[in-house]
Amino acid sequence: MSLGQRVSSDHQLTRLLQIGVVLEELVESRAAHHIDSLPPAERAEFDEEVEELLAEAAAESAEHRERLEALIDDLEAETVGYEEINALVDAQYGPPEDTDGVLYDQLANEETAYKFYDDLIEAIEASDSEFAVDRDRLLETLSAIREEEKEGVEEVTEIMEHRA
Amino acid sequence: MNTADQYLKAIYLAQRIEDGPASTGTLADLLEVSPASVNEMIGKLEDRELVDHEKYKGASLTDEGLERAHNALQTYCIIERFLANVLEVEEFRDEARALESVIDDTVAERLDTIIDRPDQCPDCFDAEQDCCELLELEASGRAD
Repeated sequence: MSLGQRVSSDHQLTRLLQIGVVLEELVESRAAHHIDSLPPAERAEFDEEVEELLAEAAAESAEHRERLEALIDDLEAETVGYEEINALVDAQYGPPEDTDGVLYDQLANEETAYKFYDDLIEAIEASDSEFAVDRDRLLETLSAIREEEKEGVEEVTEIMEHRA
Repeated sequence: MNTADQYLKAIYLAQRIEDGPASTGTLADLLEVSPASVNEMIGKLEDRELVDHEKYKGASLTDEGLERAHNALQTYCIIERFLANVLEVEEFRDEARALESVIDDTVAERLDTIIDRPDQCPDCFDAEQDCCELLELEASGRAD
């Protein structure tokens, strides 16, 4: 058991980046499932704002995934494909009851991703290890993604507040 | 998972292994730290009323400590299952131990949405084998 938050090897870093990719794939897949899960009547009323939010979240996740995959490539490792994660989401998916439920789930997605990148950055900064990927590029990429996740949290919160 | 939760989880597992209070030696082995570090942390957990400590016998979880240890073990089980069944990592035990301090509970909860975890988790965790006794492993590795 390793006590203390620290990333100490390329192997460990790769695993964490792979987990980041899966988290992004989860956001993408769950957003798509939420839209599909709504009954036609509710889907018609599903306001543009929320649909746009989910579409943006999915596109942003796909873009984050590509940035993480570029780092993982440099570490000479592979990632789990979107279709596999989508199939796993499909197998366990329980649709939220209504639009508010969708927004809560989206908020949880964004908050979780933010926390993940925040912890990962802290753990990298706490380590003196040399990685096969440039440390500055690594931290810049992760910090930029973290910032976008923070904006995502704010965006969902704002929509939730003015719907309340 | 923070250090306190890692200790609570280790005490829970050591109590199961020893069928009684967790000894400092067993905890030091499980956590790969010195006995002095264990004693220092046990003192802190005792102050927070998460652990009862009896000299020469060892540490036992209080009800509150037990609840937190359960949650920590569930988080650990999610990490192991995710590594074994989604990333298909052969050395999932070692890797889960290396990653648990960096993976937050909320992240584990999200990963939990795509893994198949039994309702009785974490009671089905085998302390000796360091993994769930119901965990089914895939035949081949993938994301190495």
